[in-house]
Amino acid sequence: MSAALSTRGLDKSFGSLTVARDIALELPQGARYALIGPNGAGKTTLINLITGMLRPDAGEIRLADEPITTLGPSDRVRRGLVRTFQINTLFPNLNALEAVTLAVCEREGVAARWWQRVTAHSSAIDEAHAILSTLMLGQDCYRPTRELPYGRQRLLEIALALATKPKVLLLDEPAAGVPRDESKELFEVVSNLSRDISVLFIEHDMNFVFRFASRIIVMVGGSILVEGTPDEIAADARVREVYLGKSGHGARHG
Amino acid sequence: MSVTAVSSPHAYLRAQARWHPIEIAFWLATLTPYYLFPDYLVLASQIAITALFALSLDLILGYAGIVSLGHAAFFGLGAYTAGLAAKHGWGEPISGLVLGAIVAGIVGYAASFIISRFRHLALIMITLGMGLLLEQAANSASWLTGGADGLQGVKMWPIFNTFRFDLYGYTAYTYSLIVLFLVFLVARRIINSPFGLSLRGIRENAIRMPALGAPSRAHIRAIYTIAAVMAGVAGALLAQTTETVSLEALGFQRSADVLVILILGGTGRLYGGLIGAIIFMVARDQFSGNTPQFWYFWIGALLVAVVMFLPNGILGGLARLTASWRRRA
Repeated sequence: MSAALSTRGLDKSFGSLTVARDIALELPQGARYALIGPNGAGKTTLINLITGMLRPDAGEIRLADEPITTLGPSDRVRRGLVRTFQINTLFPNLNALEAVTLAVCEREGVAARWWQRVTAHSSAIDEAHAILSTLMLGQDCYRPTRELPYGRQRLLEIALALATKPKVLLLDEPAAGVPRDESKELFEVVSNLSRDISVLFIEHDMNFVFRFASRIIVMVGGSILVEGTPDEIAADARVREVYLGKSGHGARHG
Repeated sequence: MSVTAVSSPHAYLRAQARWHPIEIAFWLATLTPYYLFPDYLVLASQIAITALFALSLDLILGYAGIVSLGHAAFFGLGAYTAGLAAKHGWGEPISGLVLGAIVAGIVGYAASFIISRFRHLALIMITLGMGLLLEQAANSASWLTGGADGLQGVKMWPIFNTFRFDLYGYTAYTYSLIVLFLVFLVARRIINSPFGLSLRGIRENAIRMPALGAPSRAHIRAIYTIAAVMAGVAGALLAQTTETVSLEALGFQRSADVLVILILGGTGRLYGGLIGAIIFMVARDQFSGNTPQFWYFWIGALLVAVVMFLPNGILGGLARLTASWRRRA
């Protein structure tokens, strides 16, 4: 079976600054891969390249077997390649129900229908509410997004992505900034994600990485340094040196 | 929070779209000029037309977040189209209105391909530039538009061959009010539609929309065209009810005024433009006995005060006030 997502020879520079160099990765169907690396390693840049928010200078991106390198971001989303954002990128004055209903209507191709009531699309509303309930946002779905606690907003990030029915989901630091007492729900949501969805996530929280990732890709300075199982990565001397620090405190996870 | 008590998402969304008693009261109140201010029906019809124009701007600015400093271009196109049709022998009002809407809509659709590619300051400059361009074009083409003298000789036929436009503005107000209400119903449906939801999405976060697979530019093109059609209707109404068109119909001043009206009343609230138009036009009528500069002095002061203390306009301020009363109760 072909990979859900693959890239070959991706390059990107801003002037003399190279932010991606010869990136090749392969995300199998249903996989849970982590992308880690120190700040400035080019992880978010890679997500931007894969989702089409940046155009690569060279290289190719394939979704399943289809080349998508020249497609715009929304075309990639409609083919099932969807991301969440490291910094909440939500609709502050919409509530969660409206936001997720919007996403479902866009997916269903009914969002241009200015002559129909939203309430005429009851299956879209039901689906939005079902997604919110699974993500434990059912109680909060009538409150404006800006009033939601930070951890709930992180969940809404994922809810919006799920409403597009992704085949490949890129999570950009889903746990970033979530306080310990709110992270339990987030962990639960990520572990309950359907196995039909292939997931690549960036995360600095090593608990999160070692709990969910079947394989880990380590990036440094715009290139992939090494890829391997969590055990291999935890034992890798180079990784310790550049990423986990020479003290080797990352080894406790292995 | 009363909304958390709602049982189902369907009931909640239905309640959002339901007619509020205050809305019904508002529309009943639009009938009062017939009885309370029969001498001001001409003014009332101009208010209704301005309200319609402001409503069209609210759809793009208040809902989709598209700033425009050249919206009068479409108002003027509608006005000149309806005026020219009547001047050259076709004075039937309803078809003239439709014609004005079509011409404004076609130009709006063409412009929307540029508009949908830009945001913020660039958009202000582009809309401003397009407005000035059209104003100069209309000025130069005096063989067609009458130039600075205005379009003379506009003769309207009675509406449905029955209702003659009278000096007291009785027909003019009735006609303008009915058209305003019908267009308002369309606007109200738009904001309660899936499309309306997507427009608010574009306003709230333009970056997230493509990440949800939304064709934001196509949405912007659609609403910009719809708004141009509505502005064209408003312009056509003014041409027909006043039986003249001046360059001022598509001038920069009108674009700026309608923006002020909408911001005073409150953007993104459907009624903001309507309330703003009433306040602005009544105040202008009352104060402009003095010099026009004097009048703009007070509008300037009011604008600064509203933006400083009521960032969501007069309606936004009222909404906040009633919310705090409800909490206390």
